[in-house]
Amino acid sequence: MRTFGIAAVVTGLAAFSAQAETIAPTAVGYSDGAVEQSLTGASGDAARGREIVGDKGTGNCVACHQVTDLADVPWHGEIGPMLDGTGARWSEAELRGIVSNAKMMFEGTMMPSFYKTEGFIRPGDGYTGKAPEGEIEPILSAQQIEDVVAYLVTLKE
Amino acid sequence: MRKLTGAVLATLLSSTLVSAGPVDDELVINDETEIVTRTAAPAHVADVLDEVMSGWLFRGTETRAMEMDDFDNPGMIFVEQAEEQWNTADGSEGKSCADCHGASTEMAGVRPVYPKYNEEAGEVRTLEMQVNDCRENRMGAEKWKYTGGDMVNMTALLASVSRGMPVDIAIDGPAQSTWEQGKDLYYTRTGLLELSCANCHEDNYGNMIRADHLSQGQINGFPTYRLKNTKLNAVHSRFKGCVRDTRAETFSPGSPEFVALELYVGSRGNGLSVEGPSVRN
Ligand code: HEC
Ligand code: HEC
Repeated sequence: MRTFGIAAVVTGLAAFSAQAETIAPTAVGYSDGAVEQSLTGASGDAARGREIVGDKGTGNCVACHQVTDLADVPWHGEIGPMLDGTGARWSEAELRGIVSNAKMMFEGTMMPSFYKTEGFIRPGDGYTGKAPEGEIEPILSAQQIEDVVAYLVTLKE
Repeated sequence: MRKLTGAVLATLLSSTLVSAGPVDDELVINDETEIVTRTAAPAHVADVLDEVMSGWLFRGTETRAMEMDDFDNPGMIFVEQAEEQWNTADGSEGKSCADCHGASTEMAGVRPVYPKYNEEAGEVRTLEMQVNDCRENRMGAEKWKYTGGDMVNMTALLASVSRGMPVDIAIDGPAQSTWEQGKDLYYTRTGLLELSCANCHEDNYGNMIRADHLSQGQINGFPTYRLKNTKLNAVHSRFKGCVRDTRAETFSPGSPEFVALELYVGSRGNGLSVEGPSVRN
């Protein structure tokens, strides 16, 4: 009876954390530019992250970064450092911080903040050139950030 | 060992990149008009740039070649259309541009100093604003749409007769406050991507951003014939596109903000030759 009770509580908790624990862009805790806690409460999917990094419509990280592992994607930019080996240079928490809001790690950096919804000057509605109609969505969702982080961690050399 | 691998990979990757930096090439149009495509930066930008460079130096060999001969420059067809317009009467006064100004070639020297402060109006005016002022108040004709076909063609004609002359935009005196406003805009990081003109065109010219080779974003070559949309493009259309690409709410062509920005960006190219209509991709 007692054991059953505990099991029920644990199951309940797990369900709770899978849904409700997504950390909102305005509630992310940065320490020295790093974010310890997963934004979704779970780890991301590296394969999906790889796609996001190369995809023009979502992360489009290759607009600015070269990644040897993504040689199948044409046109890599030269604005930021090459991402090869980034998973060896930075911890998972640091990578999460950099992708969520790189300005916390690198003051004044040109890199956009992918998980941020406030403090913009003349925010637009995507690439329409118009003002947004509803609330501003972050460029990447919590799940997408976690997927990208899971991928970056694999870039060890 | 690890370093070595990195170096080898870097070499492999960089060989797949088209280019880095501006080319070392000279632009002479029709074998006669020499165009200054790089020169010492004017004093008011010397703190951030050593040299100012035309966007021509950042384009590929074939695109560059198209601008060397008027027969190969698709923008010149529109100059011819504007020449016809120049000589055609319009509006309630029954006058053409030529009736007041003479031949279009008489306008040599006008493009290089615009945008320019207009005493009577008490404002900085772009060439487009001045053209529309003539149409409305001297010809009794309808204003043209700021970035519409008639207007952009006319600015191409006015640029073409000044080709080779140095851009010489005044930034002091009554123009100064507008210039400061333009400068503020140039350094403001807009949109969800929080990028300013300077992020791309001052800090990263010569670098690739995805498939685009970043230039200094100079406007001495405007209007530009773009291979991408196969028409002439006005300065404010380009500004609008670049601001939109920061995922921002843009300003409108002809707005006070873009007029100020044009004054500022134009003045960063003081000393470069007027080059319009240029060819870009
Ligand atoms: C507009 C340009 C731009 C875009 C887009 C961009 N970055 Fe960056 N990134 C930079 C710059 C510049 C730096 C260097 C930080 C600095 O300013 O010192 C950087 C640094 C980094 C670093 C640290 C690199 C290292 O190993 O030292 C990582 C990791 C990174 N970016 C990942 C990403 C990911 C993932 C994306 C897409 C989701 C992305 N970046 C999109 C410009 C960009
Ligand atoms: C995210 C990067 C980015 C930002 C920010 C940006 N631009 Fe651009 N701009 C480009 C690219 C890419 C091109 C095409 C290649 C080139 O000429 O640089 C371009 C082209 C131009 C050109 C055409 C140059 C020529 O020779 O034809 C002008 C002018 C220009 N930009 C001005 C601006 C101004 C003014 C701003 C700020 C309001 C701005 N840009 C912001 C990326 C950017």
